Amino acid sequence: MSAPDARVRYLLRLGDTSLVLGQRLGEWVGHAPALEEDLGLANLALDFVGQARLLLSYAGELEGSGRDEDALAFLRDAHEFANLALAEQPNGDFGDTIVRQWLIDTWQLQLYAALSTSTDERLAAIAAKSLKETRYHHRFSSGWLARLGDGTPESHARVQASLENLWRFTGELFAPDAVDEAMAAAGIGPQLAGLEPAWSALIDADLKEATLRRPAPQPFPWHGKRGVHTEHLSHLLAEMQQLPRSLPGARW
Amino acid sequence: MYHISGKSQPPMYTQALDQQGREPSAAPESPEQAARFQARVDAEEKIEPKDWMPEAYRQTLIRQISQHAHSEIVGMLPEGNWITRAPSLRRKAVLIAKVQDEGGHGMYLYSAAETLGVERATLVEQLLSGAAKYSSIFNYPTLTWADVGAIGWLVDGAAIMNQVPICRCSYGPYARAMVRICKEESFHQRQGFEIMLTLARGSEAQRAMAQDALNRWWWPSIMMFGPSDVASRHTAQSMRWKIKRFTNDELRQKFIDVTVPQAQFLGLTIPDPQLRWDEAAGHFEIGPIDWEEFQAVLRGHGPCNRERLEARRAGHAAGEWVREAAAAHAAKRAAQAAA
Ligand SMILES: [Fe+2]
Ligand SMILES: [Fe+2]
Repeated sequence: MSAPDARVRYLLRLGDTSLVLGQRLGEWVGHAPALEEDLGLANLALDFVGQARLLLSYAGELEGSGRDEDALAFLRDAHEFANLALAEQPNGDFGDTIVRQWLIDTWQLQLYAALSTSTDERLAAIAAKSLKETRYHHRFSSGWLARLGDGTPESHARVQASLENLWRFTGELFAPDAVDEAMAAAGIGPQLAGLEPAWSALIDADLKEATLRRPAPQPFPWHGKRGVHTEHLSHLLAEMQQLPRSLPGARW
Repeated sequence: MYHISGKSQPPMYTQALDQQGREPSAAPESPEQAARFQARVDAEEKIEPKDWMPEAYRQTLIRQISQHAHSEIVGMLPEGNWITRAPSLRRKAVLIAKVQDEGGHGMYLYSAAETLGVERATLVEQLLSGAAKYSSIFNYPTLTWADVGAIGWLVDGAAIMNQVPICRCSYGPYARAMVRICKEESFHQRQGFEIMLTLARGSEAQRAMAQDALNRWWWPSIMMFGPSDVASRHTAQSMRWKIKRFTNDELRQKFIDVTVPQAQFLGLTIPDPQLRWDEAAGHFEIGPIDWEEFQAVLRGHGPCNRERLEARRAGHAAGEWVREAAAAHAAKRAAQAAA
């Protein structure tokens, strides 16, 4: 894989993760447990769609074949999407959504901090902006993790079960492949293994506050960032992409 | 910022506050008090929460503000229906922000209602039980993307006509909430019009989509102004109290006069064969409004009444354990702080 190809691939991973998570969060709008949470989840959705637009636009420009953010978002099939499998997991109940969010927030705190010193200045600027947003996201998700974990016996049991279910998708976060290694070698991206200790420490601290147990590491058969997804992604895309695909070439 | 309301509070507390809200009715209202109050209103003074006010004024405001708040909240649903299917990322972001704004409007309005001594949780209960009303327009379905444009253009447009005069309402907290809300509504209206314009200038299929949306949303938007003046129960007293500044029919006519030329600019046809320009009056005249349809939707027989209430109830019920957890967690933290 050439260096420019690897960089496009890398940007798609970041952009697709934001897009797919933004799409999931958008499903909540109007249906959250209370008005404040409705507005909070909508805020998150907006931030992730915003990040996706910046990252996909940049990927499209680097790719140089005339695909803009919308062509990348709406005209690729599931196997071409490079998001983390964690991001595409269904909303489930509010606790499932909070755990998914918290796992991604704790990860993005490390990732965007590292990327904000990337040798790719445009990516560094996107990461610096996203890092600010992520700090707020993490306050929201870790705050709710604590309320649910250290709330009622029912909420504790429910959110522990969410954690047990979603933990298997965290293995992918720190498993580098050729793209990750090429980016690290070029100073564009971090060494993934280098991010794990700080992530792990933050996970433990937040879990302690929430009185939750850390699940054991689990093997994982998904490689979302290489296009190997769970069954959920193609459904999500079918809904998201239907309209632009039904009227090819239309402007909206 | 992310506090939880509603079920987290013991019901007794809610009830106690509720009764506090009705307390003034215990003391008889003297004609002098009423006259002094009316003089203040006539002098365009703002009435504030701690000021004396007639009980009927308070109840009228609670009813109107809470209906308005419920409308904002239920109004999130028809447009929210298209968030996951918005046809571009820019449109998706704008739509999420718009629906979020509507939730914010609901929040300011519930807060304004709370200054009159009623709890938000009580008002939400009234919505969920079906006892409270909300704008009938949100009981119509959003069947295509063009409906998102039509709602912004027509429904937010009609809301602006209704709400701009409320910025001068005699009750201070309501007037101030409305100033903020109106700014955002006019932004929504322009965005909706822009969606319609893009569709109207697009392909044949897109133009047809836009026309179909106008066909379905025109009359419900006209009905948003409420019954005609002869049939309206509340208008005269509300005008005396300067809660209302114009009658339903006056506002409806303003909306028609502004909107018809916009439809012409879009190259779309208003679905009213009797629509004509009345040179002498200087107004557009419309055909008869189907008030039976309006009444049927109000009574719960619109296309989506059931779905809208069900969605609110389902969200609320699914959030019960979350609200309980938040309350339990807050209680634990408070106990720790006290220890
Ligand atoms: Fe609104
Ligand atoms: Fe609006």
